[in-house]
Amino acid sequence: MVIFLLGISVLVTSGVGALALARTRWASPVGAWGAVAGCALALVPSLQALLGRPADPLRLPWSIPGGTLSFALDPLSGFFLLPTCVLAAAAAIYGQEYLAVSAHPARVGGAWLWYNLLVASMALTLAAQNGVLFLLAWETMALTSFFLVVFERDKGNVRRAGWTYLVATHLGSAALLAMFVLAAGVAGSFEFSDFVRLATESSAFKSLIFLLAVVGFGTKAGFVPLHVWLPEAHPAAPSHVSAVMSGVMIKTGIYGLVRLLVLLGPPAAWWGWLLVGIGVTSGVLGVLFALAQHDLKRLLAYHSVENIGIITLGLGLGTVGLAAGMPALIVLGFGGGLLHVLNHALFKGLLFLGAGCVLHAAGTREIDRLGGLLRRMPWTGTCFLVGAAAISGLPPLNGFVSEFLIYLAAFRGAVDAAGTVSVVVPGLATIGALALIGGLAAACFTKAFGIVFLGEPRSAAAEAAHEAGPPMRGPMAVLAAACVVIGLFPAVAIRVVLPPLQLLAREFVPLAAAALADMEDTIGMIGVGALLLVAGIFLAALARRRVLRGRAVEATVTWDCGYARPTARMQYTASSFAQPLTSLFRLVLRTETHVRPPAGLFPQEGALVTETPDAFREALYRPAFAGVGRALERLRLLQQGRIQLYVLYVVVTLIALIAWKLR
Amino acid sequence: MDGITLVPLLGGLFLAPLLAGIINRTKAFFAGRHGQSLLQLYWDVFTLLRKGATYSRTTTWVFRAGPVAGLAATVLALALVPMGAIPAALRFPGDLVLFAYLLGLLRFVTVIAALDTGSSFEGMGASREVLFAALAEPALLLGLAAVCLETRSVSLSAMLAGVTPRTWFDQGPALALVAAALGIVLVAEAARIPVDDPTTHLELTMIHEVMVLDHGGPDLAFILYGSALKLWLLGALLVGLAVPVRSGNPLLDACAFVGGVAVLGVVVGIVESSMARLRLVRVPKLLVGATALALLAVVLVLR
Repeated sequence: MVIFLLGISVLVTSGVGALALARTRWASPVGAWGAVAGCALALVPSLQALLGRPADPLRLPWSIPGGTLSFALDPLSGFFLLPTCVLAAAAAIYGQEYLAVSAHPARVGGAWLWYNLLVASMALTLAAQNGVLFLLAWETMALTSFFLVVFERDKGNVRRAGWTYLVATHLGSAALLAMFVLAAGVAGSFEFSDFVRLATESSAFKSLIFLLAVVGFGTKAGFVPLHVWLPEAHPAAPSHVSAVMSGVMIKTGIYGLVRLLVLLGPPAAWWGWLLVGIGVTSGVLGVLFALAQHDLKRLLAYHSVENIGIITLGLGLGTVGLAAGMPALIVLGFGGGLLHVLNHALFKGLLFLGAGCVLHAAGTREIDRLGGLLRRMPWTGTCFLVGAAAISGLPPLNGFVSEFLIYLAAFRGAVDAAGTVSVVVPGLATIGALALIGGLAAACFTKAFGIVFLGEPRSAAAEAAHEAGPPMRGPMAVLAAACVVIGLFPAVAIRVVLPPLQLLAREFVPLAAAALADMEDTIGMIGVGALLLVAGIFLAALARRRVLRGRAVEATVTWDCGYARPTARMQYTASSFAQPLTSLFRLVLRTETHVRPPAGLFPQEGALVTETPDAFREALYRPAFAGVGRALERLRLLQQGRIQLYVLYVVVTLIALIAWKLR
Repeated sequence: MDGITLVPLLGGLFLAPLLAGIINRTKAFFAGRHGQSLLQLYWDVFTLLRKGATYSRTTTWVFRAGPVAGLAATVLALALVPMGAIPAALRFPGDLVLFAYLLGLLRFVTVIAALDTGSSFEGMGASREVLFAALAEPALLLGLAAVCLETRSVSLSAMLAGVTPRTWFDQGPALALVAAALGIVLVAEAARIPVDDPTTHLELTMIHEVMVLDHGGPDLAFILYGSALKLWLLGALLVGLAVPVRSGNPLLDACAFVGGVAVLGVVVGIVESSMARLRLVRVPKLLVGATALALLAVVLVLR
């Protein structure tokens, strides 16, 4: 625990140091390497916890009512800390170079302060064992990330994004505050160790706590329809911050939910159904909205909603398994969900860093203005391709492994339940949803990769794009390699999931031993399949090279149907590629199309603009907030801007107080 | 590993191009032509393998890697599919998911190789392909889920071995619905009429063929052979389900299976000869219909 706290203090001091050095060229190195060192230190106890040697918990008294400084790193905290440290360190190295060309050099020192504090507060959130401490860390996390989101605060849309984020995160925090106060009222204190008393409470009370947690943690995680801040805030932040926010920060919501599932004891079956339902809607709607986007980072942000949906499907099936007492479902569902937490951190971090390189090189996030970048940026392009294939759940990469486990949970659950509707229906819903999500995600990422990196450049900026420097390529290469390694050796990777799984399986641990062994066998076969696939690709490539040896290999133009003057603008764009899908799902997406057709005898120009605003933001939040605004406007009566009136208020209040006191 | 488990893999590798030949001969028969040789696809592949290659200057290594990775994925998928009761070389709980995602990998690499050319025709084909595939996926997996529920197993080999005449007697309607759903998936995934027309020569109307317009030589050979394998393995699922000959004698079972595949080829040929391609906007309805059939099958099995 000392090492962990040392890591936190390194993070905080280096952040403050970066701010102090803001005017010098040392701000970035101090901030970035401080973050790396802090993450490395915090990683040590996290790995120890996963290897079964958790550090001694620490509890110190604290002057804040109800609060104690109590930290512990059990396997669950350790598991979530692992991707947090890895991704935060990788993003810090990347960010040093990324911020170097920032238009606001004076803000760089501050950015590192907020970044390092964000990482520290995430680590503290994961390690906190006291409700008050947890909420404070949670709030610090929200505020520091808010300041990072508004890094480019001179732009109006960035300020609006920051505002949306601030409102959303505090609505979530309000639900959490209510939850902790209610829970502490029953448990007698804010200590998590006392929260286990909740397990014996009435199921109605437990369900209330659970629902508050779903709203509070779900806002952070991005459950539909609480996700509206995500597609605004993630694109607005600098790319390395987007990577951390999307890759790990939203996972603290998942952590909170899982932690609560552990504390609350045996769940009701409908909690599992609710989670599966949230997973289906978040997954399908997330990927659908992603398909309709043509801003690269916004597209990735919607994919986070989709992947949170996949994770929630796994957790939901595990919960259904707990309620029904089915070890296979518990092991595979929770196992797949947790592994997907790790996997998503890796590939989504990678993809956001790749998007950052594209933005850096071509100066735009508009997919329709890019193209042909693989030739100009071979490293970035290849890493992005790995991430794209991994997030689409394709073998032999890591995304497939976790999605496979969730699929298997669903199939196993449906088959083993022998007609029990309460298990079969969530199972089948998961199968159908995952299949649709998988197909749509592949569509979305062939679009993202294909239009951005392949073909001919669609603008002069894309034409002039250049490869990113080694400090930006290195972290991407490491993350891409991690995606490949987990995909090829899933039997090794699954071991990090087992300790937290034991915690979740609770009284089913002895029963689950057989299910665990089964899962490890199956995962081993997935590894064999992945290796066979790689061997097959290698052999086929060898065969191709062999038959082509000594033959003529010519270069020519792409088949243009005999057209004499093809231009790069005739290529398919992201919008045209996704058009059949967006028009098929137009009921949900409500894509707006503005056309200005070419007119006149010698038409010169025309324009087509499509945009897909978030349907929930437009149909749900905008009217609701407008209503709140109108209701509050009535209070304007009190505030007229006349000083005499305010003096009158003061006098009236004083007289009222004196009268009350003298009564 | 049992030697017999190599039979489905090797059978597929050697016989798959023959299935395409059967379809073509059937179509020729209905058109009143003599038609090409049954072995035409073998010759085509061999001829292409002996050629050099021509690449567009727009393309990158992605274009060259596409056919290679696609073929490897298809062959591995073939290793997962049993011949009726004869188990596949590679089998484990949940292998049906790997099967579906290997086809997904094949599609992914084909689509990005198509986008690599920068051709708007290929973009058009790619866009349609991903749409239809996304809609076919739930039909495939839910259809297989119905078979899982009926046979109480989650591995393709065990599932298809579990489909016996007895199962058809008990759950005939459900299995027929699954077969219909799988049939639609086969038509969509293998790019046959009424979803796609493999013989059309207008770039604007093609789906699968237009994505491989710029491929030639050995690459095209890989693609043609891979497509034949894909048709075979989707057909193998359908035949394994629809021809429940489970005599216990491997030779008899294999013969019944190959016979079933040949009949499937004739049926596909008849469908292609007797109906026109659907309008592209109608295809999603067909695929959603297949998902509905699969769901109905699940409900019937659960009943």
